[in-house]
Amino acid sequence: MSRLAVPKTYKLYIGGKFPRSESGRTYEVVSTKGAFLANAALASRKDARDAVVAARGAFAGWSGATAYNRGQVLYRIAELLEGRRDQFIDEVVATEGASRPSATKQVDTAIDAWVWYAGWADKYVQAAGNGNPVSGPYFNLSTPEPTGVVAVVAPQSGGSLLGLVSVLAPVIVSGNTVVVIASESAPLSAITLSEVLATSDVPGGVVNVLTGSPKEIAPWLAGHADVNALDLAGAEALDWVDLQISAADTLKRVLPPVVGIPSPSLDRIVAFTETKTVWHTKSLI
Amino acid sequence: MSFLDYAPAPESTSILHLKKSYGLFIDGQFVKGHGSPFLTISPSTEERIAEIANANAKDVDTAVAAARRAYDRTWSKLSGADRGKYLFRIARLVQERARELAVAESLDNGKPIKESRDVDVPLVAAWFFYYAGWADKLDYAGLGPNPRALGVAAQVIPWNFPLLMLAWKIAPALAAGNTVVLKPAETTPLTALLFAEILQQADLPAGVVNIITGAGDTGEALVNHPDVNKVAFTGSTAVGRAIAKSVAGTGKKVTLELGGKAANIVFDDAPIDQAVEGIVNGIFFNQGHVCCAGSRLLVQESIHDEVIDRLKTRMSTLRLGDPLDKNTDIGAINSKEQLERIRELSDIGEAEGAERWSAPCEIPAKGFWFAPTIFTNVSTSSRIAREEIFGPVLSVLTFRTPAEAIAKANNTPYGLSAGIWSDKGSKILAVADQLRAGVIWANTFNRFDPASPFGGYKESGYGREGGRHGLAAYLEGGSW
Amino acid sequence: MNSSGPSALAPAHRAIELIGSDLTEKSLRLHLEGLSGVDAVGLEQRAASLGTRSIKTTSKAWALDTIIRLIDLTTLEGADTPGKVRSLVAKALTPDPQDASTPRVAAVCVYGDMVPSAVEALGSAHGDPDAGGISVAAVATAFPSGRASLAVKLADTADAVAAGADEIDMVIDRGAFLAGNYGLVFDQIVAVKEACRRDDGSYAHLKVILETGELNTYDNVRKASWLSILAGGDFIKTSTGKVSPAATLPVTLLMLEVVRDWHRLTGERIGVKPAGGIRASKDAIKYLVTVAETVGEEWLVPHLFRFGASSLLNDVLLQRQKLSTGRYSGPDYVTVD
Repeated sequence: MSRLAVPKTYKLYIGGKFPRSESGRTYEVVSTKGAFLANAALASRKDARDAVVAARGAFAGWSGATAYNRGQVLYRIAELLEGRRDQFIDEVVATEGASRPSATKQVDTAIDAWVWYAGWADKYVQAAGNGNPVSGPYFNLSTPEPTGVVAVVAPQSGGSLLGLVSVLAPVIVSGNTVVVIASESAPLSAITLSEVLATSDVPGGVVNVLTGSPKEIAPWLAGHADVNALDLAGAEALDWVDLQISAADTLKRVLPPVVGIPSPSLDRIVAFTETKTVWHTKSLI
Repeated sequence: MSFLDYAPAPESTSILHLKKSYGLFIDGQFVKGHGSPFLTISPSTEERIAEIANANAKDVDTAVAAARRAYDRTWSKLSGADRGKYLFRIARLVQERARELAVAESLDNGKPIKESRDVDVPLVAAWFFYYAGWADKLDYAGLGPNPRALGVAAQVIPWNFPLLMLAWKIAPALAAGNTVVLKPAETTPLTALLFAEILQQADLPAGVVNIITGAGDTGEALVNHPDVNKVAFTGSTAVGRAIAKSVAGTGKKVTLELGGKAANIVFDDAPIDQAVEGIVNGIFFNQGHVCCAGSRLLVQESIHDEVIDRLKTRMSTLRLGDPLDKNTDIGAINSKEQLERIRELSDIGEAEGAERWSAPCEIPAKGFWFAPTIFTNVSTSSRIAREEIFGPVLSVLTFRTPAEAIAKANNTPYGLSAGIWSDKGSKILAVADQLRAGVIWANTFNRFDPASPFGGYKESGYGREGGRHGLAAYLEGGSW
Repeated sequence: MNSSGPSALAPAHRAIELIGSDLTEKSLRLHLEGLSGVDAVGLEQRAASLGTRSIKTTSKAWALDTIIRLIDLTTLEGADTPGKVRSLVAKALTPDPQDASTPRVAAVCVYGDMVPSAVEALGSAHGDPDAGGISVAAVATAFPSGRASLAVKLADTADAVAAGADEIDMVIDRGAFLAGNYGLVFDQIVAVKEACRRDDGSYAHLKVILETGELNTYDNVRKASWLSILAGGDFIKTSTGKVSPAATLPVTLLMLEVVRDWHRLTGERIGVKPAGGIRASKDAIKYLVTVAETVGEEWLVPHLFRFGASSLLNDVLLQRQKLSTGRYSGPDYVTVD
């Protein structure tokens, strides 16, 4: 006699908690063959607003943590991802209609990308910073530091977990906090990833995950004055130029859409940093 | 007699050999513009200096086409070493003609000759020297091997440091292998046109640098031109915002250096005399026409009265007047429009209840002038505490603890620069860590160097100028 | 380091006014440690910027004459003789024999044993420079090193005063200062001040030489300046001229800032004397500018500002001749004394 399964309710991940959408809305997530998989929360603009508040609240603590600590916390996530490897593979197979080997490859690549980014936590400053030989009696040092709250439209196709990891990890490794809109059609691995984050040492609010319609939510994030940067990686199908125009109202840093899934790169880390140059007088007497 | 009324010591203008009118510098030659010409005047006398050609959309096309041709046929084919040699030549020519350029700058802009002579022009030469050396070392810029230039750069610069901003733009662009169309500000085109003559002396290949003059619409046409690959703008946040919107979706790489409302934080353990100098230099350097000016003084409450007292005494020794007099500390406001804006915001400050004090000084009958002014009892919500005045006007606020100083300093949509004054190194570094601003000066202010990246957080813009970062802004790859 | 015990210090009235009647090594130390720090880079930049003032035509003429009026014309050689001092005095009285409009210097500055020769040579011209006379200043207290017992220093001082010196240029004990014995330095200045007292109850003016080149840091210079004023100095002076660096513009600016702050606090004006190394008019003019823009031009009088110099005078005379004739002059047209 087969056991009756206990299905999971997929909710949003905001401020370290798993709320339903304040709107009460959900949408059906179905397999590529059209079978019902779950009711995912259909996030509203108010959920996006709450997520920005949570992200802002978490910024001081996360960006203020030592780089070594951030690296350890991120590496710990990779360990937990590895532990849930089979679950992620199942979800990818179910939502994306991927073959098992291809889903396995995606999940393994995602975990490895996460490890790669985790290692940058205490190195990107050295790679992107500079001691500057100015002509005068000054100590002068340029260092990148996190931009602040980053809104991200995750890749919408080509691998829901890998897509999410590939935009999430480079943003948070430097100390930014993030509001990410997951793949609309395949949001389940995003919520499972959130469960991993919630049980890891990442402080609540550092990562906030919204499921639902990027078309509906992205404009609110692009226009939000307390968002400092916008990653349009998965916004190719949206009116993304309008989003960029809206983001210009507060001079947000904007990365344009990418085709497919962005490969691991230091540039993606540095894109969400600000170079700060400190001058200090120096003298023996 | 009073010794402090130093006898006039004017720098001679006989070193200048200005033409009556200047054309557009396109494809290595001065040509006529198709818009209606305009006059550039001296803001200290309101007297005419020269007639300046006005580039319309057609001229912008011509200039961009010249830059494109030069990029395709000449500049992109030169070795980095040869590009560097041209830049070295330019640096030397600037040094040779330094006095002339300084006099022209003070005449056209209104800034004191001691600043154009000791700050602007030496930095111009330094900028070209610095980036000259990069031209054949791009592999070491941190962008991987053999990074590629972007193509044609459209550059629009402001009137506050006309020649220096030109250098900040042109030197890294050429070193990286781009060609340039640059538009100087409408009120300060003179030194850019003298610079065009320097390019002729340097025998720079035609079209590599094109200088077109005009007003906002010329700049707009240039920035929006479909054949430019890079946009670099220094100026107001309002215009920067408009540019960010207009280039959205075009893939043009953009650098924006915009406004600021920098906090200059003075702690009770500051080296007090140097802090007072730093406050003065922070806000009255270049008549406060500085995007990174320390326009918000945050002074610890326990020393507020003493600092203000010392500041007023010091301000009373500032000498306002003829920009060409070697003893002038405060020159002319660059334009009537700017003067009106400073007056308007100052009046608002007074109406909002802040206490206004201006240094006693005689205002010349002609020209545009504004006495160095401070406002005390300024509330954080006051417009003069939030808006960029871009003039010699300081708003003074107080704080009680370092945490409060940081919170107030960061409480602005801007984030270009900040100052910290304290004798306690660990406090300085901790506060510097917490400030959301791109340039932090500790126990100094308003220092610039070609090796040192400069640029803002938040609405002060993005991208960096200076150093390796400034080079990356003109190469493919990298983030900005 | 000395122990900061409760040992009472000499009751100098300025110090008591400011610090309180229980004047001790400890209270003095706490007071000095409460002074604002100095950022060397900023100080030097401010001095450099003051040095770029361009002083022309009428302002230059006034400046050159003022420099002469503020000079302590100095000879401090082991080889000094009464004849050398007489020659110095002659130069002080008539700096430029070709131009009777040339003002006289403020004082002649000599070793203590040469005071009688100077007094005699000056004759009726001996007097207060603010009233048109020429003073006699004597270096004392085991100048330049100051390495002698207090008794010797006091005797040195009293001797010079008795011989007719109007001004005493004493040296502080830099060793004691650097070792942190501020009280000892203080007490010695108070004692020397007392040794400046004449029989009629008046005092010879006391210039306190800090020897800033040995104090090394600007923070030390500020502390030592403040200490010297608290102990009763009428003037603070940079250097003996025997140690390099001697006077510099930044150090002088800093000392001027101290006397400005003292004036702000008490209303009392203290003099400043840069000495050693100022040889060119161009440099001296930078000092005048620095004085005028830091403490005000009312300080440019002999009882508030002096140049300790010897060769400076001839350079000023050459510049003066250039201004009056329009031609450049040469060293053969000024006297060698």
